[in-house]
Amino acid sequence: MDLNTKFTPQNWPEHAEQATMEGKNKFVGFWIFLACEVVLFASLFATYLALKDSGPASMDLTKYSAKALYELPLAFAMTMLLLTSSLTSVYAMYHMKNFNFKGVQTWMGITVILGIGFLCLEIYEFYHYVHIGFGYTHSAYSSAFFTLVGTHGLHVIIGLVWISSLIFRNMKRGLNLYNAPKYFIASLYWHFIDVVWVFIFTVVYLMGVLG
Amino acid sequence: MSSVAQKKGFGAQVWDYLTTVDHKKIAILYLAAGTLFFAIAGLEALFMRFQLLFPENTFVSAGMFNQLLTMHGTTMLFLAATPLLFAFMNAIVPLQIGARDVAFPFLNALGFWLFFLGAVFLHLSFFLGGAPDAGWTSYASLSLYSPGHGIDFYVLGLQISGAGTLISGINFIVTIITMRAPGMTFMRMPLFTWTSLVSSTLILFAFPPLTVGLFLMLVDRMFGANFFEHTMGGNTIIWEHLFWIFGHPEVYILVLPAFGLFSEIIPVFARKRLFGYSSMVFATILIGFLGFMVWAHHMFTTGLGATANAIFAVATMTIAVPTGMKVFNWILTIWGGSIKVTVPMLYALGFIPSFVAGGVTGVMQAAAPLDYQLHDSYFIVAHFHYVIVGGIVTALFGAAHFYWPIMFNRALNEKLGVLTFWIFFIGFHLTFFLQHFLGLMGMPRRVFTYMPDQGWDLFNMISTIGAAMMGVGVILLVLNVLLSIKSEPLNRRDYWGDGRSLEWALETPLPFYNFKQTPLVRGYDPYWIEKQEGNKEGMVYAEPLGDIHMPNNSILPLIMSIGTFIAAFGALYSPWGKQALAGTAESVSPALSVGLIVVGLGITVGSMITRSLKDDLGYHVHVAEVEAIEKDLAQFRAAGKKGGNN
Ligand code: HEM
Ligand SMILES: [Cu+2]
Repeated sequence: MDLNTKFTPQNWPEHAEQATMEGKNKFVGFWIFLACEVVLFASLFATYLALKDSGPASMDLTKYSAKALYELPLAFAMTMLLLTSSLTSVYAMYHMKNFNFKGVQTWMGITVILGIGFLCLEIYEFYHYVHIGFGYTHSAYSSAFFTLVGTHGLHVIIGLVWISSLIFRNMKRGLNLYNAPKYFIASLYWHFIDVVWVFIFTVVYLMGVLG
Repeated sequence: MSSVAQKKGFGAQVWDYLTTVDHKKIAILYLAAGTLFFAIAGLEALFMRFQLLFPENTFVSAGMFNQLLTMHGTTMLFLAATPLLFAFMNAIVPLQIGARDVAFPFLNALGFWLFFLGAVFLHLSFFLGGAPDAGWTSYASLSLYSPGHGIDFYVLGLQISGAGTLISGINFIVTIITMRAPGMTFMRMPLFTWTSLVSSTLILFAFPPLTVGLFLMLVDRMFGANFFEHTMGGNTIIWEHLFWIFGHPEVYILVLPAFGLFSEIIPVFARKRLFGYSSMVFATILIGFLGFMVWAHHMFTTGLGATANAIFAVATMTIAVPTGMKVFNWILTIWGGSIKVTVPMLYALGFIPSFVAGGVTGVMQAAAPLDYQLHDSYFIVAHFHYVIVGGIVTALFGAAHFYWPIMFNRALNEKLGVLTFWIFFIGFHLTFFLQHFLGLMGMPRRVFTYMPDQGWDLFNMISTIGAAMMGVGVILLVLNVLLSIKSEPLNRRDYWGDGRSLEWALETPLPFYNFKQTPLVRGYDPYWIEKQEGNKEGMVYAEPLGDIHMPNNSILPLIMSIGTFIAAFGALYSPWGKQALAGTAESVSPALSVGLIVVGLGITVGSMITRSLKDDLGYHVHVAEVEAIEKDLAQFRAAGKKGGNN
């Protein structure tokens, strides 16, 4: 299908993200890229689990252990923000299916705002840990914790920059078959970040606090 | 641009290669860079062998030997074998599946430049205070405290070039999944394409653990983290696991495409369909899968315990089954064929017994109790060189002769090729066969010298003589390549006369868009089928002649890679590094270190943003232009003499 076609909700293809060869390549390529990200995070999770709560012989476990450090309410609030932002990006995709560009932009915008909220809470959490003496170089445990959760945080930042630049770049242009795959893939990426967070919430925070 | 005969100036040609996104040109870049690093690593091997020529030789120092050893292994695996295989994958896979290019031409260029600048970065270590010296495995217990910046070069250089490999791997997977010509079902795909697909999938799953391992080492050494620092609760075995989860599949990443190359060469010169095609495909996938299940066979002696050792031992031995299937299929393809012994076929015939020998010693080491005896002895060195040189290097040399006509529109000299083969092949067995016995007699791996009269003197000397012969072989091959520049252009299709798959259906020199119309694939060995049916054109087309969409060249991949290169220096000279703090390596001020990192990554991210904000829709070659180019090409071909052996 040609990029120059004037689209209406009637002639907008069902799977716009795969309607061109390029779109299809991007779609397949991105899923494959995600497989590689899964292995990356799996390695970080394994490292974290191997080093959890281990530090120099003098490390004070009443102060610097998973049980003592993590606060579930905060982690829970972060989880809610991120899960909701995934939902709003689903809405955006729903509007893309119906060729409603305003809907796409609005809901992607809300996704970004929720993501920023999540990021603020994470920065607060990190700041707090460093403040009480649990910095990156404190112990093997701290290195593993910050690396795992921080890598996820970095992914959130990349996702936010990515989605915002899509929103700004296409503001005047409207939806077409060139940028539809871009929106679709950005939202796929966002879901992935969300899923990884669910694992972090479970493995790091829940298992850390509950035992 | 429509005229082929038009000569470009030197500067324009360099610019062309710096910005190219054409898979055929990127293949040539990979070939050149891979050959360069192969030569460097080969020299390192020769230096090591000269050091081991006599007992108590003092040709190089112990410390220098460690650097040579580490750089030889690292360079051979990451910077020679991998890019050389990528060269053939780039050159051949799109042609074999009837595609105009890979799925992401821009990323293809980016993958190359990242690989290349990472490799250059690693080699700068020789001039900036010493190369890495902890072995290609760089075990954390050794490397964490290695003074100087050697290990830092290893970590950062491999991180950059590994990113390039990963990007290329993803690119090939997508290309093979989505870009196949109509009619080319998975079960009609040539085996080289199949093995490239499986090998790329292994890259996809194996490189992230390496990335993580290298990152942990990076922050440990350069930014004060404690992953491997046992006094701070760290654990060095984590490095071993991450490294071997990558490291074992890595050997299959290399050897599977080599298998694929032989599976292309053998049927052409046996003039028979590949025996057991579907079992070959099945075996390829099975080897790929099992490759991930067995990494701990490198860690039998680290104290995993008897149960774990037993499981990994048995798992390892099962790999012999699909590998054996392949060997039998190759033999049965040759069996009863009308064999033409050309240079590529010679390499294939030499490969089978050499590789089997390497495989047998592999199964021996998979037996955990025996491995306690063989571990870190010269037996291991003999084993893996039998597999790596006997399997991968022979495949690369054979494939160079085989595919040269397609890649360069020239042929390599047969007589010189035969001579090269015999010198190299005999040298190879001289070098490595006796090392099995050196190992059994107790000579440890990675030693820079040995005492006289332990019964090791003679074998070591023979081994060095063999290595020198291999060096001569390589020089002859390079000479052959240089001669080919002077030789007549071929200007024809199907150089060997018995080509079977699509890449042979195209007339050389190839136009930049490969197929002017997408071909229609009517079965396995599509070109063979067309020849059988007397189709002069060599192909049936799946579409009428139309506009061709092509990607634009871009300098951004190079700039992005230069950004990471600059950032790497910032990290290397970090003032928070273990060695900087211990005073055993120079560092720069915090501002400069962070500044370099920020500027470098800024360049990279900046070009990424440029790329995403500026639409790059490519361009169209219109029908009239395609016809003009085809006419030009036809004239050009007719003007030259027809070379070739038929
Ligand atoms: C072609 C001629 C070659 C010669 C003469 C040669 C020679 C050597 C020597 C002397 C060593 C040191 C053994 C020790 O002390 O433990 C070595 C190690 C090694 N070689 Fe080669 N080699 C050759 C080709 C290759 C190729 C083609 C590859 C891979 C593609 C390769 C990969 C390795 C690796 C991975 C090591 C282990 C390095 C380490 O222990 O860190 N070699 N080689
Ligand atoms: Cu292995």
